Amino acid sequence: MTTGFLEISNGEKLAREQIPHLPFDEFHETALAIVKEGGKVVQYFGYQDDASMKLLAVLRTDKLLVAGCDAKESYPSFTQTCEPFHMFEREIAEQFGIRPEGHPWLKMVRYHPNYRNMPDVFDNDYEQDIPGNYPYYQVEGDEIHEVAVGPVHAGVIEPGHFRFNCIGERVLNLEIQLGYQHRAVENLLYNVHAKRLPILTENIAGDTTIGHSLCMAQAVESLTQVKPDKGARIIRTIALELERLANHIGDLGALSGDVAFLPPANYFGRLRGDFLNLSLLLCGNRFGKGLVRPGGVRFSLSDDVRKILDERIKELRLQVEHVLDLLFSASTVRARFEDCGNVSHIDADHLGLVGPAGRACGIPYDVRRCFPTEHYDQIDIPENKKPSGDVYARARMRYDEVLQSLSIIESLIGIPVETNCVNDINYNLPADSFVVTLNEAWRGEVSHAVLTDKNGKILRYKVKDPSFHNWNGLSMSLRDTGISDFPLNNKSFNLSYCGFDL
Amino acid sequence: MIESIILWLLAILAAPFFSGVILKVKAFFGGKKGPPLLINYYTLIKLFKKGSVYSTSTTMVFKLGPIISLASAFTVLMFLPIAGYQPIFSFNGDIIFVLYIMGLGRFFTIAAAMDTASPFEGMGAAREAYFPIICEATTFMILIFFYRLTGELQLSAYFTEGNTIGLWNMAGAPLLFIVISFFIILLTENSRVPVDDPATHLELTMIHEVMVLDHSGPDFGLIELGSFCKLFFYSTIVSRLLLPFDLGFWGFNFGLYIAGLFIVYIAVGVTESVIARYRMDKVPQFVLTSFALAFFATIITLEFIK
Repeated sequence: MTTGFLEISNGEKLAREQIPHLPFDEFHETALAIVKEGGKVVQYFGYQDDASMKLLAVLRTDKLLVAGCDAKESYPSFTQTCEPFHMFEREIAEQFGIRPEGHPWLKMVRYHPNYRNMPDVFDNDYEQDIPGNYPYYQVEGDEIHEVAVGPVHAGVIEPGHFRFNCIGERVLNLEIQLGYQHRAVENLLYNVHAKRLPILTENIAGDTTIGHSLCMAQAVESLTQVKPDKGARIIRTIALELERLANHIGDLGALSGDVAFLPPANYFGRLRGDFLNLSLLLCGNRFGKGLVRPGGVRFSLSDDVRKILDERIKELRLQVEHVLDLLFSASTVRARFEDCGNVSHIDADHLGLVGPAGRACGIPYDVRRCFPTEHYDQIDIPENKKPSGDVYARARMRYDEVLQSLSIIESLIGIPVETNCVNDINYNLPADSFVVTLNEAWRGEVSHAVLTDKNGKILRYKVKDPSFHNWNGLSMSLRDTGISDFPLNNKSFNLSYCGFDL
Repeated sequence: MIESIILWLLAILAAPFFSGVILKVKAFFGGKKGPPLLINYYTLIKLFKKGSVYSTSTTMVFKLGPIISLASAFTVLMFLPIAGYQPIFSFNGDIIFVLYIMGLGRFFTIAAAMDTASPFEGMGAAREAYFPIICEATTFMILIFFYRLTGELQLSAYFTEGNTIGLWNMAGAPLLFIVISFFIILLTENSRVPVDDPATHLELTMIHEVMVLDHSGPDFGLIELGSFCKLFFYSTIVSRLLLPFDLGFWGFNFGLYIAGLFIVYIAVGVTESVIARYRMDKVPQFVLTSFALAFFATIITLEFIK
């Protein structure tokens, strides 16, 4: 049932006329059919082409599929029958004022006026603070109480509002409202000089610097037909794995801290710093900023640095294994992690969870394996999934991936690399082209899609962070869970606020 | 009498120091240097120098909370035999009085928390009201145990001079249960891991800490000092039960007493370092364990010590 949609590969440049332009009804039917048969939505967004408003969808089965259509001002919502479109339809409604009729839960995503000055779908007055005139989902009853948390939180974390409806200690429903950090990143990208693209994309979500900048770099490379050399690809792969290591280890430490098991929390906190320092060694920035550029990397990996990296990784592996063992062999920790915040496989599938959170619910999807980029086609990434979907599964996923990333880096570090550091970057994008790139960042599938207009300027730059899929997973995990376990569940997902808010 | 009052003052002065010991032990297990041993004094001085902020929606009750909880902690210490010496006050049935003075302190802490009308503090208050109910059952079971052995309802009858060693001689094995049971009460009543996490910043998981979130400056200082004293009260009892010997010379007795205190505080620190906190709905089971232990101990005495 893929007739009408065009098969593409990850990071393949297409001329825009190659993208099948379907009549709306056919687009609707085909997209629904693909997703109902197990396909997932990678990108689904609107864009303005001259005067007309168009939609474009990138779906994935075991292949990537793309098609577009002309948008109607209102149409029967896809979400009614096909849940994975849920967030995407709300986003389109917010960005362009296109109303999906019959959408089961039509609320704003990030709280901003639409780009076309159309009447607002949500009847919001944006002079007011979030959430405007939106009434939160309410549960009524004598013993129901409502707890509002945020947007300002204890500790140094990003802003977001959580609204719990509880009966006693038990949560019936959690509603999450984000958008407090909306910076209109996508719109920024149209108007800046092309040279600033890497700087902006690096900062979409600071903890996913490499993930986002890889997506951007691959998109620009594909459009300008530049191919980074093997050395650059290896360095980028190492950088992405280092990012994964630092974050997963930080998360495990935080999980341990949340159940008041302090030794691993302290050790992992320090080890996270050690891995960030390896990124520092690679490019002079602990978060990998300034490393990835279209065409390659800005810093080569000399044999000396390679040797130090190798030694440090060997040394750190022993420590990491030791602390992992300390954490996972503590029975009291397992008692807290197991059977806490379950997300069923069916729910995860409907929500389209990605990354470790999805794999913890038995969805094996991993971009590194399914649509490999960089050096991943040379690396054997085993399929890894957990059936239980609880905090333990999400922690265990990280455990596996930490060891896996260490092995990947160890195997890559042995390869002598030569690369020409890029300085002059070709930003002359071809006219009327399209590219979509996917990468498995530490939180899961990051995807950027770029469309250019007839002058070779960026017509639409769509960014999708894995958090866009996964926030609803956190909501689901809290159903029927004790409210005191919220921080633990939140940490087990550890989603990005700014990556979502864009 | 004078020496009892001096001991009482010394107890209040020393309480923050011993709570600092727990932090050091936890830091040691976490591979850190940890804060200085006198950290709690610095914190108290800092807090007392500050001003307090009061929400406009709170009333008199909110301001009463810290004062009464501290006053109750101080009062309770007046009834406590320290290092085997006679307490300042002592009368038949004083232990019941002591228990309910502590209850009064808790009541006002809860009332102050409810007074803020914050949903967090309401949740904390509900938890704080719930767990001590189970503790109370244990405490009374322990009381029955002591009453069976001594026929008195007076703290000084259990913990002064040679009385404690007498208890061990009468019923050593059941008393071992009581020590463990009392240690669990200590952890619960003083919001320590595995019941509560005093170090967390996550309001949703807190029990005690969340109730005092809105208190600031000197008010918060009073609450902190009160909780140090409360922990000191429980630790002194456990310490006396552990090392009940009367060595005749006051210096030795003191050395023994302080060694006992160190054992208790270090045990709290070690407990906090080696186990994670229990899930909220499992906490009652943990606290009930203490009741079961005290219950068995009492039954054994009913049967064998006539």
